[in-house]
Amino acid sequence: MSKELPRQKNNRRWWYLVLIIPFIGTLFPQLYNAMTPTIGGLPFFYWYQLLWVIITGLLTIFVYYVSR
Amino acid sequence: MNATTMVVFVVLFIFVTVLGFYASRWRRSSAANIDDWALAGRQFGTFITWFLLGGDLYTAYTFIAVPALAYGAGALAFFAVPYTIVVYPFVFVVLPRFWSVARAKGYVTAADFVKGRFQSRGLALAVAISGILATLPYIALQMVGMKTILQALGLGGDIPIIVAFAILAAYTYLNGLRAPAMVAVVKDILIYATIVAALIIIPANLGGFAHIFQVASAKLQAAAKPGSVLLSPKLYTAYATLALGSAVALFFYPHAMTGVMASKSRDTVRKNAAFLPLYSLMLGGIALLGFMALAAHVNVNGNNNLAVPLLFMKEFAPWFVGVAFAAILIGALVPASVMAIAASNLFTRNIYREYFNQGASSERQASMAKFVSLLVMLAALIFVIGIPVQFSLYLQTLGGVWILQTVPMIVGGIYTRWFHRTALLIGWLVGMVLGTLMEYTVGFTTSFFALSPGVVGYAGIWALIANVIVVLILSLILNGAKVSNGVDETTVSDYTDEATSA
Repeated sequence: MSKELPRQKNNRRWWYLVLIIPFIGTLFPQLYNAMTPTIGGLPFFYWYQLLWVIITGLLTIFVYYVSR
Repeated sequence: MNATTMVVFVVLFIFVTVLGFYASRWRRSSAANIDDWALAGRQFGTFITWFLLGGDLYTAYTFIAVPALAYGAGALAFFAVPYTIVVYPFVFVVLPRFWSVARAKGYVTAADFVKGRFQSRGLALAVAISGILATLPYIALQMVGMKTILQALGLGGDIPIIVAFAILAAYTYLNGLRAPAMVAVVKDILIYATIVAALIIIPANLGGFAHIFQVASAKLQAAAKPGSVLLSPKLYTAYATLALGSAVALFFYPHAMTGVMASKSRDTVRKNAAFLPLYSLMLGGIALLGFMALAAHVNVNGNNNLAVPLLFMKEFAPWFVGVAFAAILIGALVPASVMAIAASNLFTRNIYREYFNQGASSERQASMAKFVSLLVMLAALIFVIGIPVQFSLYLQTLGGVWILQTVPMIVGGIYTRWFHRTALLIGWLVGMVLGTLMEYTVGFTTSFFALSPGVVGYAGIWALIANVIVVLILSLILNGAKVSNGVDETTVSDYTDEATSA
């Protein structure tokens, strides 16, 4: 049992790969450099990036729990 | 200036001042050592760390400069959002290892770490010099933020700023990191209140976001130096590399490292990486204020930094202008204080102790660091009074480029000993020289450098790439030739220890 623990912890580190997603979502402006669709008058360029703040927070919280 | 505004502003400022001086009673320790002054005894939990790091990283200058950039250039200003998004996954993975080794070995600065890891005084000096050079203009810019607010309040001249800074220097000297940590809680509550109110009240007053962007877009296009509410495709690489480079550099600024090392556990660091993005959401909202200022037709008279203060004065009730202005001013005090502490730690630990007084006790280091913090504040004050603002701005841009060049040795060192210390030092030097030269050729006025006519990107990233290539090639050669890479004083388990004792 005690021998398996470190290995299990190592496996959990694979979850860190989830954290690459925000980089892909935000560092390619060609994906989101557009006026439409708007939300409440806010151009896509702006609300898309703000949405990624929330997504990234949630992803990090998720990885926090599964990699503990 | 409106009397109500002034009364609210002054009352809040006095409240924060009392708090800053009172902070010494907070979780007091009798120890007069460097850990206690510089890191408040390394005992901050998740909540306080969140406020401290939030107050420390999202500075008053950011609140003024980001919307000012939106006001003047448009969409480019929003790079601050992807920047403060991608920083946290990076922090979540890398910084807990740094926290653990710093706790296990009692490191107070990043330079302490590279010295211990590679047994290299040269690397430690490189980190210390980069850190101090990057921090001084950054403190000066916080003062510029304060000056902008004081000016908008009608408190022109140098006296108000000198008074504010004397108070700040005094409680930083007396109470160390406890003071800004305590003030940060008040500051962040005020800032959140201001931004939430601004985002509810101002768009409604101005006829909604659709109208705001319509007017902003027209005004940006008509400007002498046209901007746009969308990016021009030739700016894609610039936008992405600036966001990425700034993100990678952010937590290796001395003031960020100090905030991380003051937290009480590895878990505190991880939790904060998950919850700090809340500040990024706020920063996005602040960036939008620049467009609102355009739509509200505020007249900045050539000083874009005044966009947000003038917008507030135009759209808020007088008492709330007082709250908002106090929020921004206090927002300058917190980072300025932490930055002064961090810079004096670097000087004391990695220059004074290393080259002038090798046997300095922890108590001696504490009194030295306290004294140096006063000098740092004074230097920054001279900067802001005696030197044109533009100069601080140039230096701050360069500072980011310089901090980025310390990343290979710190992050590399956190994971592996494969990189050779001599390779890391030469790589750093190459990055510093190239980065500075690139900035020099563009006259320090922009962070961007065109590698070839089509490829415009953040100079710091180009320099970092050169730095890393040099490090890789030289490490291969030096390791192959079995040149000594020093003795590592850390062990594998130092990087993963929870170490909740103490």
